[in-house]
Amino acid sequence: MKTRDLAYVALFAAIVAVLGVIPPVAIPVIPVPITAQTLGVMLAGSVLGAKRGGLALLLFLAVVAVGAPVLSGGHGGLGVFVGPTAGYLYSWPIAAFVVGLLTQVFWRRFNLAYALIANVIGGIVVVYAVGIPFTSVYADVSLTTSFVGSLLFIPGDAVKALIAALVAVGVRRAYPVIELPARQPAAHR
Amino acid sequence: MSTLALYSPVPSVLHRTPAGLKLAALAALSVLLFAVPQLPVASIALAAVVVLALAGARLTPRQLLAQLRPVWLWLAGLLVFHAIVTDLATGALAVIRLATLVLAAAVVTATSRVAELVAVIEWVCAPLRLLGVRPARIGLAIAMTLRFIPLIAERAERIREAQAARGATRPLFLSLVPLLVQVLQLAHTTAEALDARGADDEAPPRALWRRG
Repeated sequence: MKTRDLAYVALFAAIVAVLGVIPPVAIPVIPVPITAQTLGVMLAGSVLGAKRGGLALLLFLAVVAVGAPVLSGGHGGLGVFVGPTAGYLYSWPIAAFVVGLLTQVFWRRFNLAYALIANVIGGIVVVYAVGIPFTSVYADVSLTTSFVGSLLFIPGDAVKALIAALVAVGVRRAYPVIELPARQPAAHR
Repeated sequence: MSTLALYSPVPSVLHRTPAGLKLAALAALSVLLFAVPQLPVASIALAAVVVLALAGARLTPRQLLAQLRPVWLWLAGLLVFHAIVTDLATGALAVIRLATLVLAAAVVTATSRVAELVAVIEWVCAPLRLLGVRPARIGLAIAMTLRFIPLIAERAERIREAQAARGATRPLFLSLVPLLVQVLQLAHTTAEALDARGADDEAPPRALWRRG
């Protein structure tokens, strides 16, 4: 991996951390706040592609693990990896990877609709597919309960996917980072 | 005590214990608690962790309670839910198990320096060397991330001020495209500067299958 790629990976790990500073929208009764951090997950995949996007989130988790309080609300340390909502954290690198993979697949004909598909599948479906069973096992509640509990976050996540899609289209036009292998071998690099 | 101080500077027996050993113990504890879902086992584990935190790591009860603050609402809700839907014993087990793990993890974080934990991560990633990954670069990546955080916040503030000066009151997320373009350029420049100072000097380890 080139130093430039490493810098991009570190950059998006930092962006996820910065998004954690945006005050979370707390819903009454529910102890898990809606944060802007999953927006960072979607953006990492949308802008960097599968490999670098996934690595950016792995790096973010490493930064959390060594004790930096970069999770929303100033949390950090190893406690969050064994907490009831740790599954959502574990889903982030996978989610960024899937968003990135779909973005690369759609890259040549990328538009808002494709961006939205990539971010909804990677940034919402994947996150819930990992987080819901995890919470179910950890809290010893049924899958259905865990699923119903997570439905509260769907509206917020839908808004985030839309924002991520808009931004992905904008960044692709202004400063595309994803490079597909050139169709003519000699034309590239 | 601020939430920023996740590391406790008071020296203790656990501070001198290797970070890798503490992490392995934490992993073993989480496996044990889920493999043996018994209330007595979980209760003994919780008591042991609390004793270890107070005596072994020399944390104050106040510091310990602060670690539970982010999850206590969750735990309370879970207990009530189980008491109504299933039974109190199941709820107690789930809550005690979670509290034990969160506290145990907090003890590891409070007694391990960042450099030690980075070393453990690099050690765990060492087998990736065979795939051409340089574990030493993980430390560099973590350092870069921590440096980028204030830089990004500063750029975001500057863009917001510039827009306010033009009288533009656009929603915050519309500033994300200019912000991302700026910080991507920043990352690019940083990488060039690092390369110029020899960050890429070390020859990458050869992947096994390319040896010849």
